[in-house]
Amino acid sequence: MNADLAALLYLVASVCFILALRGLSHPTTSRMGNIYGMVGMTIAILTTLALPGVVSYSLIVAGILIGGAIGTVIALKIQMTALPQLVAAFHSLVGLAAVFVAAAAFFRPEAYGIGVPGDIKVASLIEMSLGVAIGAITFTGSLVAFAKLQALLSGKPLVFPLQHPLNAGLGILLVVLIVWLCIGQSPAVFWLIVIVALVLGFLLILPIGGADMPVVVSMLNSYSGWAACGIGFTLHNNLLIITGALVGSSGAILSYIMCKGMNRSIFNVILGGFGGETAGAAAGAGDDDRQVKSGAADDAAFLMGNAEKVIIIPGYGMAVAQAQHALREMADLLKAKGVDVRYAIHPVAGRMPGHMNVLLAEANVPYDEVFEMDEINRDFAGTDVAFVIGANDITNPAAKTDPTSPIYGMPILDVDKSGQVLFVKRSMASGYAGVQNELFFRDNTMMLFGDAKKMCEDIVKALEQD
Amino acid sequence: MANQTFSEHAAEVANQARDLADEVASLAVEAGRITAESTAGQGSGTLVVGLTVFVLAVFVGYHVVWRVTPALHSPLMAVTNAISSVIIVGALIAAGPAEFGFSEVMGFLAVILASVNIFGGFIVTQRMLSMFKKKK
Repeated sequence: MNADLAALLYLVASVCFILALRGLSHPTTSRMGNIYGMVGMTIAILTTLALPGVVSYSLIVAGILIGGAIGTVIALKIQMTALPQLVAAFHSLVGLAAVFVAAAAFFRPEAYGIGVPGDIKVASLIEMSLGVAIGAITFTGSLVAFAKLQALLSGKPLVFPLQHPLNAGLGILLVVLIVWLCIGQSPAVFWLIVIVALVLGFLLILPIGGADMPVVVSMLNSYSGWAACGIGFTLHNNLLIITGALVGSSGAILSYIMCKGMNRSIFNVILGGFGGETAGAAAGAGDDDRQVKSGAADDAAFLMGNAEKVIIIPGYGMAVAQAQHALREMADLLKAKGVDVRYAIHPVAGRMPGHMNVLLAEANVPYDEVFEMDEINRDFAGTDVAFVIGANDITNPAAKTDPTSPIYGMPILDVDKSGQVLFVKRSMASGYAGVQNELFFRDNTMMLFGDAKKMCEDIVKALEQD
Repeated sequence: MANQTFSEHAAEVANQARDLADEVASLAVEAGRITAESTAGQGSGTLVVGLTVFVLAVFVGYHVVWRVTPALHSPLMAVTNAISSVIIVGALIAAGPAEFGFSEVMGFLAVILASVNIFGGFIVTQRMLSMFKKKK
């Protein structure tokens, strides 16, 4: 296959990838979009296989079969609550693959037409080292994110002295090494870059706490795109550049949306440590002597069964308890009683963007009953019952009223405006931000202590007895 | 007898000439390829083209991604993860050559990793999207 034809086919693949993302603007077009994505990938792979330099098909087919089998099994077996860690793990693979490809290009540049070993063009070396550095950072960073999401590592931010100077030093060292590589072209320097970048990725994500993971996962998503871009520049391949840029900007936008959902700057999140030191201060505030009103499943069933409008606010606690199916059953019974039931999703609910929507969809909640914060926030005023399940900080009015609060300025769901608030919680423990929630102590709030799933099932039983 | 040796000689010479001609032809092709490569890779040409493509693609990405409905942000992540594995193109070229050395091993490993992602990413996206249903 000649180079022009290959470039044209790569262009077709690029357009397919753009259409894949375009399809996601609505659930009805999204499935077609995903098929475009698969078609684009198939075109890209077949075109590359037809290139004159690619001849060892048995090796390649073996690789695709091994990888494809592993990927297929994982994707079919994974539970939807474990999606965030799955995505983190997948990101790490892209990062590592980028490192491998860059290494292959460095040690056999003639295969890519960028020079001979020891005499690679400087531009290619810069692009290559950027690709390999971002790839390596993505790899270890995603591994740490995976370990935190899978609870292999503590979700608490791990902070140690001189952390930021150390990271900055490593960053500078990385730049120096890249310059050195361009001058000396030494393989040892190449591996040094890999090692420093691996360490840096590890240290960068370590101090970031569990509930900031939506931002981290989006950011690593973005990095994996930029790594692909770097490799694309090295190989003079427009398909890789285009796709990398699409993925990179997608991840960057998601990170931005997540940061806005917490009213924090991306730097604040990256520098980490949030939620660690503030917990002590809030606990010392001495709110604990006040009484809360707690109720049982029967009370909740009675309140919601007699309501006209109910809004359900799910949070990460629902995912942890796997309560989505029981919750949907509860909502079905309420709807059968003529209650108007809707769901309100905060942008940072859960551990990855859109996490709650997927879990509700898994439990067969129709997507037109699920609303984003901006769409539904005004309706709380006319709502009889707000049912908060496994969420806390995203409903805390302190974000609006208390300028000293760590979460001040964060957009919240205005559940305090509804007639009655029900909180399903395991205990009185404060949320991730370590801030006490004023709402718990209000007269029109009832706490439902217990496991989210168990509580929903009990409410279902109580509703059925009526 | 003499005639036979002479014709044998002639055939031999002819063979040699043909081999030489083949060699010259392949050298010429090689030379053409090298000049083409050196002019293509020379100076800033490819880099600027690459940058142009890159900047335009970032704009396209920006506008397309802002139109994605927030409800589908998880599938968006999964599918971008799958398509970023298009890095497999580089891996295939690395694993492609007939000889087997360090770079081919790197390429082979990268092909495996990228394939895990491609299959895993698209399948899990499909699984997610198939769950999003409208009210009956």
